Amino acid sequence: MKLSIHDLHKSYGDRPVLTGINLDIADGSVVTLIGPSGSGKSTLLRCLNLLEPIDDGEILLDGIDISAPGFDANPIRRRIGMVFQNFNLFPHMSVMKNITLSPTRTLGVSTPLARAKAIELLERFGLADKAEAYPDQLSGGQQQRVAIVRALAVEPEVLLLDEITSSLDPELVGEVLDVVRELKATGMTLVLATHEMGFARDTSDVVCVLDNGNIIEQGTPTQVFTNPQSERAQQFLERVIRSGRL
Amino acid sequence: MGTTTGRRAAYERARQRRSLAIATVSSVAVAIAIVFFVPKMPRWDRVHESFFNGERFVDSFPRLLHAFILDIKIFAWSMPAIVALALLVAVARNSRSAALFPIRALTIAYTDIMRGVPIILWIYLIGFGVPGLGLDRPWNSPLLWGSVALVLTYASYVAEVFRAGIESIHESQRAAARSLGLSNWQTMRFVVLPQAIRRVIPPLMNDMVSLQKDVALVSLIGPIEILRQAGVDKSKFANFTPFVVAAVIFLLITIPLTRTTDYMVERERRRTTGTRVR
Repeated sequence: MKLSIHDLHKSYGDRPVLTGINLDIADGSVVTLIGPSGSGKSTLLRCLNLLEPIDDGEILLDGIDISAPGFDANPIRRRIGMVFQNFNLFPHMSVMKNITLSPTRTLGVSTPLARAKAIELLERFGLADKAEAYPDQLSGGQQQRVAIVRALAVEPEVLLLDEITSSLDPELVGEVLDVVRELKATGMTLVLATHEMGFARDTSDVVCVLDNGNIIEQGTPTQVFTNPQSERAQQFLERVIRSGRL
Repeated sequence: MGTTTGRRAAYERARQRRSLAIATVSSVAVAIAIVFFVPKMPRWDRVHESFFNGERFVDSFPRLLHAFILDIKIFAWSMPAIVALALLVAVARNSRSAALFPIRALTIAYTDIMRGVPIILWIYLIGFGVPGLGLDRPWNSPLLWGSVALVLTYASYVAEVFRAGIESIHESQRAAARSLGLSNWQTMRFVVLPQAIRRVIPPLMNDMVSLQKDVALVSLIGPIEILRQAGVDKSKFANFTPFVVAAVIFLLITIPLTRTTDYMVERERRRTTGTRVR
C-alpha cells in the first residue's frame, strides 16, 4: 500500500471532524472522496498532507508512520503534493517563480534546471505561453492548472486534490479534469475530494462516501453508485441524482 | 472613462464642473477673509514684527537650512535601523514554535513598554542615562543615544504595522507553501513577508513622515540641529521668525512626502477594491 490510514481521529476543539477513518490507498490508484459538505473530506486530505495535527491513529506512507510525533513533516510534504480549491497561487510571483520556488529552495535544484523542468511541465499542460504571467492575469482554469504543475514540480509520489474544480466557472471545469485524467494515465497515485460525481464514477478505482467524519461506503464506482449498501449513502446519492449532478 | 460620450456621461461631467466651481469660490472667500481680517487684530503689527520679520527670515534661512542637514542625517541612519529592528520584532512575534515563547513574550513587552511612554521621555532617559554610565568618546555622544532612543521607540510602532501586514496574509498562502515542503521560515521569507511588506508600505510611509519631524526632539539633549539653531537665533535677535523659518523648512520636506503617501494609499486601495461606489 502507498498510503494506509488507521483509525484516524481529528477534532477542532470539542467538535469531532474525523472519527476513526480506515483507508488503504494502493500505489497508482485513484481514490475519490465524496459526501456532503462538512463530512470531513477536506480535513482528511489536510491531515494526509500533515497540514493538520491528528488526535489519534496513524498515517503510513510506504509502511512508515509519518504522523508520529516529532517526525519531520517538510520532506514528507514534498512526497505528498496538494492542490487546493482556491488555487492558492502566490500572487506576487510569476507562474515560473511559483513553480520553481520549492524545487530550488527545498530540493537544491539549480535555477536553470528547475526552469527547464517547469517549461516542460507547462508545455505538457498547454500553458507554455503563460510562464511569465502573474496569477491574476490568468483564468481560473489556467490558475488551477498552474497550481497542479506547481505541485508536480517537486515530483510527489501522491497527489491530493481538494475540490479543485469547485470554484471554477462550469465551462472551465473540463480543462482541469482533463489534467487529472492525464495524471491518472501516468500512473500517479491520486486522492481527490470532489462534487463532480460523473468524473468520480468514470475515473476512480475506489470511491469512498464520507458522512459525519467517517467512511460509510467504500468500493468500486459501480458498487458505490449503483448498489450502495448503507442507508445514508443511498440517501446522499439520491439527493445527488435528484439535483442532476450524476 | 474620460472620453465617454453618452448623455449620462455628459451630465456627470457637468456635475463635476459645478462641484469644482463651488469649491474654488468658497476657497477664495476663505482666503480673502483671512488676509483681510487677521491684520485687523489689535496686536497684529507686533506679531508681524516678531514672527514674520522679512529681514530675520532672510538672515536665518541659510543657517537653519545648514542645521537641517543634521536632521536629515539622523533620519537617514535611523530609518533603516527602525525598519530592520521592526521586521525582526514582527517576525519573532509571529513565530509559531513553542520553544520561541520567551522571545514572543519579550517582543510583546518591548512593544507595550516603548509605545506606552512618550518619545520625548525615552530621549531624555536613554540620551542622558546611558552616557551617564561613564562611557568614553565617542560612545557618550548624546547624538548617538538620542538616535538609539528614536530607533527603539519608532521600531515598536513600525513592528505593529508589519505585524498587521503579516497577519493580513491569508492562511491558505501558508498552507500552499507548507504543502510544497517549504519550512516555516522559508514560508515566512518567500511567501508571507514579500506580500505583507508590499501591503503595508503606505502606512509605513506615514510613520516615516512622523519620524522626519520627531528627529527634532533629539535637539532636547544637545545636538545643534534645526530646532536648536532656531532657538539660538531667536535668543540672539529676540525675534521668533527663526521658528517660522524652521516650520517652513520642515514643510518643504513633509508636504511632498505626505502627498506621495496619500497617492500610494489611494492607488493600493483602488488596486485591491476594484470599483468605487459613488
